[in-house]
Amino acid sequence: MNTLNELDRRLLMDRSVEGRRAVALPESDVPAQPMPDAAMLRDELPLPEISQLEVIRYFSLLSHLNFSIDTNFYPLGSCTMKYNPKLNDAMASLPGFAGIHPNQPAEQVQGAVQLMYELQGALGEVTGLPGVSLAPLAGAQGEYAGLLIARAYHDMRKDSARTVALIPDSAHGTNPASAAMTGLEVVTVPSTADGNVDVEALRSLADERTAVFMLTLPSTLGLFEPSILEITELIHSVGGLVYADGANMNALLGMVRLGDLGFDICHSNLHKTFSTPHGGGGPGSGPVMVTEELAKFLPEPVAVLDGDTYRLTEPENSIGKINGFHGSFNILVRAYTYIRAMGGDGLKSVAENAIINANYIQAQLKDRYDLAADRYCMHETVLSATRQKKRGVKGLDIAKRLLDHGIHAPTMYFPLIVEEALMVEPTETESKETLDRFIEVMRQIDDEVTNDPETVRTAPHTLPVTRLDEATAARKPYLRWNHTP
Amino acid sequence: MNPPDLKYSKEHEWARVDGNTVTVGITQFAAEQLGDVVYVDLPAAGTEVKQFARFGEIESVKTVSDLFSPVGGQIIEVNDDVKDNPEKVNEDTYGEGWLLKIELSDASQLDSLMDANAYESHISN
Repeated sequence: MNTLNELDRRLLMDRSVEGRRAVALPESDVPAQPMPDAAMLRDELPLPEISQLEVIRYFSLLSHLNFSIDTNFYPLGSCTMKYNPKLNDAMASLPGFAGIHPNQPAEQVQGAVQLMYELQGALGEVTGLPGVSLAPLAGAQGEYAGLLIARAYHDMRKDSARTVALIPDSAHGTNPASAAMTGLEVVTVPSTADGNVDVEALRSLADERTAVFMLTLPSTLGLFEPSILEITELIHSVGGLVYADGANMNALLGMVRLGDLGFDICHSNLHKTFSTPHGGGGPGSGPVMVTEELAKFLPEPVAVLDGDTYRLTEPENSIGKINGFHGSFNILVRAYTYIRAMGGDGLKSVAENAIINANYIQAQLKDRYDLAADRYCMHETVLSATRQKKRGVKGLDIAKRLLDHGIHAPTMYFPLIVEEALMVEPTETESKETLDRFIEVMRQIDDEVTNDPETVRTAPHTLPVTRLDEATAARKPYLRWNHTP
Repeated sequence: MNPPDLKYSKEHEWARVDGNTVTVGITQFAAEQLGDVVYVDLPAAGTEVKQFARFGEIESVKTVSDLFSPVGGQIIEVNDDVKDNPEKVNEDTYGEGWLLKIELSDASQLDSLMDANAYESHISN
């Protein structure tokens, strides 16, 4: 299976032959026009000169080098690389959705606005937070919008001294980044040894300066927070709001609603939980959901049903627009299609199977790999390659070796509080056979760490590119193709 | 592996005391945990820094981490060489991979740092 290595790997530029053309144009019957002053033109512009067939071959071969959920198992932790049903694309391609212009008045595109309205309702129902804006274009923008809402809420109550965002040390990096963007001071909350929020530490940090506590649920360790009700009550008792990073919502669908747990604000990554493309195929979409009380601060537009007309509105105390139009509309169509196709029971089975799949992998591998926390996980399990490191092989090497077996690497070295972390999220869409094969490969690699560590340390061996020198690439980036190397 | 003549902080920085001047870098343990360092962001000479306060940022192929000063005082020299050649942090952690020289504001700060033995047991926990 080494055929990809034997392909013609020359770059487009290197295939160029002077005078070769991709199309033969008929002789021009338009009179020649004077060209602009030659001084205004670049005299040396080395565009490739290539036949049409060569161009097609070049890009077709590149497409074969693609690695995606449609070709391979992709257990990239925290990213929920589930299968994206093709029905989603078929619906988004309908001319009534694909052919409309964002500046068309709402009365001319009632179906599209109705879809937004119904998707708002579905997301409100799933999260238990009924105020919904679909505007944010990605998870981090959803976080940013949510935090602006928190600030607007405190400001309106003349409670502007609240300038602190409390964030656990296991959080996604976007959480402190979004908080800092909003002008909040980030204070880190430690985790306990078993991966929960250190509630006593939180108690000592939460005070009249607390604007918001941001929590990912389940946590980035793939664990449900057992003290969640105590935590939301604690933050509310000091006057703060509680924000849920919904990146891991795949584990919660139909099982528990964030609003019922006391969260005030959350975002959802439609490109994770609701099966819209990501990992290069995007764009993303990160709707923000809030309690009824906070709905007046939502970013515009928010779709409403006014009599029998759907309208796009700006909420009373809106934080404003956070991008040009209606969010990633074609992604909204895909997420809506997914939700309608699955139905309530179907969404619940998504969470159930995501959790069962992750626990199956965890149970089958815990004799070979250390666990970040030895208890039932939710939708993902965080392994640690500490035992392998003692035998001279790092988590990175194991991740690279998986590529030789046609399996995408898990998320590595995150969360930061776990040494040699390998974060595995199989998602619900994988069969038991695929999980069994992954387990077998992981056990085989562990054997190799003992018997032939060099093979693991130098992996991958079978891919079109082998081990890359990431350090030099980052230290001395080579950002421009050079015509004369 | 940690030189016995240096002082160490819980945040994995080392301090070499020479009279009133303290040279600061990150420990071998920190460098190994980070992996290949690709970028170091350091303050300008002349900046005041407090003991255990953040003074810069270090980025590796794995992650970005804050740098915390083991002592407080005025920064009198910055290792510009390490900005251009961040691999020095991995290759010669306790030598050419130094980051700052600080004029110590108060020598009693050194009492709150660890010796090599105490640091060894700190990282083995």
